[in-house]
Amino acid sequence: MAKLNINGKVRDVSVEGDTPLLWVIREQVGLTGTKYGCGIAQCGSCSVHINGELRRSCTVPLASVKATDKIVTIEGLSVKSSHPVQQAWLDLDVPQCGYCQSGQIMAAAALLKKNPQPSDKDIDEAMTNICRCGTYQRVRAGVHLAAKKLASAAPANRKTKAQA
Amino acid sequence: MKKTIKDKTTNLSRRRFIVSTAMAGSGLALGFNLPFAATAATKRAAAPGTEVNAWVVVKPDNSCQIRIARSEMGQGTETGLAQLIAEELECGWSNVTTEFVTPGQNLARKRVWGEMGTGGSRGIRTSEDYVRRGAAAARMMLLQAAADQWQVPVSELTVADGVITHAASKRKTTYGKVAGAASKLTPPDAKSIKLKDPRDWKIAGKSMKRLDTAQKLDGSLVYAIDLQLPGMLHAAIKQAPVFGSKLVSFDEAKIASMPGVKRAVKVNDGAVAVVADTWWHAKKALDALPIVWNEEENGTRSTATIAAQMLDGINAPSAYAFRNEGDALKAIAAAPKKVEALYSTPFLAHATMEPMNCTVKFSGDRVEAWASTQNAEATLAALSEEAGLPLDKCEVYKHVLGGGFGRRGGNQDYTRQAAAIAKQFPGVPVKLIWSREEDMTHDFYRPISMCKMSAGLDASGNIVGLHVRVSGQSINAQVNPASIKNGADARQLQGYAKEPGDAQLGYDFPNLLIEYSMRNTHVPVGPWRGVNTNQNGVYMECFVEELARAAGKDSLEFRRAMMSKFPKHLGVLNAAAEKGNWGKPLPPGVHRGIAQFMGYGSYSAAVAEVSVSPDGKLKVHRLVLALNCGHAVNPDQIAAQVEGSVAYGLTAALYGELNVEKGRIVEDNFHTYKIMQLAEMPKVETVIVQTYDFWGGVGEPTICVVTPSVLNAIYAATGKPVRSLPLKNIKLV
Repeated sequence: MAKLNINGKVRDVSVEGDTPLLWVIREQVGLTGTKYGCGIAQCGSCSVHINGELRRSCTVPLASVKATDKIVTIEGLSVKSSHPVQQAWLDLDVPQCGYCQSGQIMAAAALLKKNPQPSDKDIDEAMTNICRCGTYQRVRAGVHLAAKKLASAAPANRKTKAQA
Repeated sequence: MKKTIKDKTTNLSRRRFIVSTAMAGSGLALGFNLPFAATAATKRAAAPGTEVNAWVVVKPDNSCQIRIARSEMGQGTETGLAQLIAEELECGWSNVTTEFVTPGQNLARKRVWGEMGTGGSRGIRTSEDYVRRGAAAARMMLLQAAADQWQVPVSELTVADGVITHAASKRKTTYGKVAGAASKLTPPDAKSIKLKDPRDWKIAGKSMKRLDTAQKLDGSLVYAIDLQLPGMLHAAIKQAPVFGSKLVSFDEAKIASMPGVKRAVKVNDGAVAVVADTWWHAKKALDALPIVWNEEENGTRSTATIAAQMLDGINAPSAYAFRNEGDALKAIAAAPKKVEALYSTPFLAHATMEPMNCTVKFSGDRVEAWASTQNAEATLAALSEEAGLPLDKCEVYKHVLGGGFGRRGGNQDYTRQAAAIAKQFPGVPVKLIWSREEDMTHDFYRPISMCKMSAGLDASGNIVGLHVRVSGQSINAQVNPASIKNGADARQLQGYAKEPGDAQLGYDFPNLLIEYSMRNTHVPVGPWRGVNTNQNGVYMECFVEELARAAGKDSLEFRRAMMSKFPKHLGVLNAAAEKGNWGKPLPPGVHRGIAQFMGYGSYSAAVAEVSVSPDGKLKVHRLVLALNCGHAVNPDQIAAQVEGSVAYGLTAALYGELNVEKGRIVEDNFHTYKIMQLAEMPKVETVIVQTYDFWGGVGEPTICVVTPSVLNAIYAATGKPVRSLPLKNIKLV
């Protein structure tokens, strides 16, 4: 039995330690917004945050995750899709099929946390998730728009940025 | 913003409805007794509605639930069809919710919703007429019901946003209030209805926000792969690595004690599945399962043997003549200047982000499937065949697809497999998921092909004759062999047709011979976004570029001179050239290429800007694409499809290649089958040319000009033509 802190809730999971976190999240916890795309950390569909860091959960074994680690999935990113990235995605109709978008959004959110005003080059380097529908142009525009939303949000955010 | 959030809740509940109905084990019966009614969570969707006709259900709160028969896989057809219906219905866009119909319901109602198949970029163009008529009929019935109630002539009524007004008596009512009475009226003759002039559209033709975006932002949309049902088991599958080979044996005892494993089962002749409590357990056990395959038959085939097959078709003494106008061979032989080139394109995988999957449950004499499918009726038929049950004992619940691109249409291999597995577990829902490796090595691939182009130029640089010989694998040879007599498979020459309409060649050549040598391999093939316009567009447009250069003429002017009889082809070419600043100065090191081609009833052209560094590194900076699809139902979503076609096409051009070794596909995941990333995405600008005199497709047409425009720009940059793909194998300088 392992304890996992996912989206602020502590959950007990009973499965072998070599099980990838992706499948623990999907099959043991039942949160299916985190997607399986390749199983070898190539596509990014399974992206989650662990202690604020972007991780491709398909290659993170359960045994490597501590009970104190804070895992955030797409379902826990914000209340009612209020995160600036989700809002920007909505404004620009970024998704097509949508399957990769949980991962794209988690990657964009992680980027903006570290770099609230990313340049195109920063976005090129950080956003390496695969999208077969080809939403890349809107993903880029979405990151820029989210950055703008962040900048115009509460001063508390700017403080965080300065601290970072 | 409010609107979208409202849409989110209703969309969610709509899908929950489908699932929960099915979970009750009585999807079909419930669906018919209480069509699409009330198990949903939110108030709005839960309120029982009144079906005015097959397309429209009106709720007491005046919201209108619009039925969608086609599949949604990201291409935006759900939103586009809803726009067309809302336009004629006059219900107001904020009152629209949508709902997918099932093939069982369609069948039981004598296909009242028409064709459900969603491929060939047909979703809107072949349903626009009947959905608009259906919506207009519903509007007329709703107005008539109000007129009857007020005892006034219907001609005195007006309607806007679902509110009916009789100005003279200052009375108002709503669709919600008159729907009951309207549903009892005799419908008007749909054919006699006069539809709105598209130039007067207020909802259709506008860039309305997609109805399905919100649920793709928070993980709440349930794709087929996400489905969870009580008591569900999970299956992982391994198919014979060599196409056409058979399963000999497997040693179930070796995995019987592994965690969660229920059984290993044979799936038809060429596959084994492990069924377990979770998919991860099933996959782990499957990886450990000793399996013996009979690989004799095709196990010696390779990329080299297949290339030899293609070349054999190029050199064969005769081939099927698709077009033979004048005497091209004679004209070329007599020409003062001859140009020849041999082009080739490889097998490609679809690699939808959501791998193939399907859930099936047998209950007594009934069977149900939950599937990502581009063709729900084909899924129903496959389910019925595999289950051995009549169609009316089968039902399919469609989920939004995590990508389609042609993979999930007619080829229902994954549905059949899920049914074959679940049949061995009666009463238990079994979800089959393919690993990415299975998905990539058992696709129905874009066919391999090769093309030899020969032309003669006269002293002024005009083309006097063109000979096109395509050699390649036929899709129809697999899906409909009876349609091909003596190798005459016109589909493989898509884009080269003489006839206007679907995929007409937009050039006039004085002498023309177009031939096809069918050379089929053991590798399964199928439609892949844009199908044969991809390869044929490259062959024609790259060769025309070579001819323009041989003639010493400007690429645009050279094309224009052959296009006077093709005003629509010319129209998009001019539009792309103008927006793409053809002929205007460029930054140092940046070069342009141009292309035009036709497919799916629409006309496409592109101007690409690229640079090639001194060490041969390619950068695609910008693509301007012009599309004439006749009617633009949602310009922003058309732009999204055009952007997507660039990524899909450019990925193929840059990296797409599958090799065959010992009869099997070598590349098995994204580390070897590379997909373009965001950093490589050029700036895409879309120009929509709308002539309102036809309805063309959107999802596929533009992909055919992406690669040739880029290759022609590379030619401009390096002075060397590129004749084989992918570019990763080519030394550019």
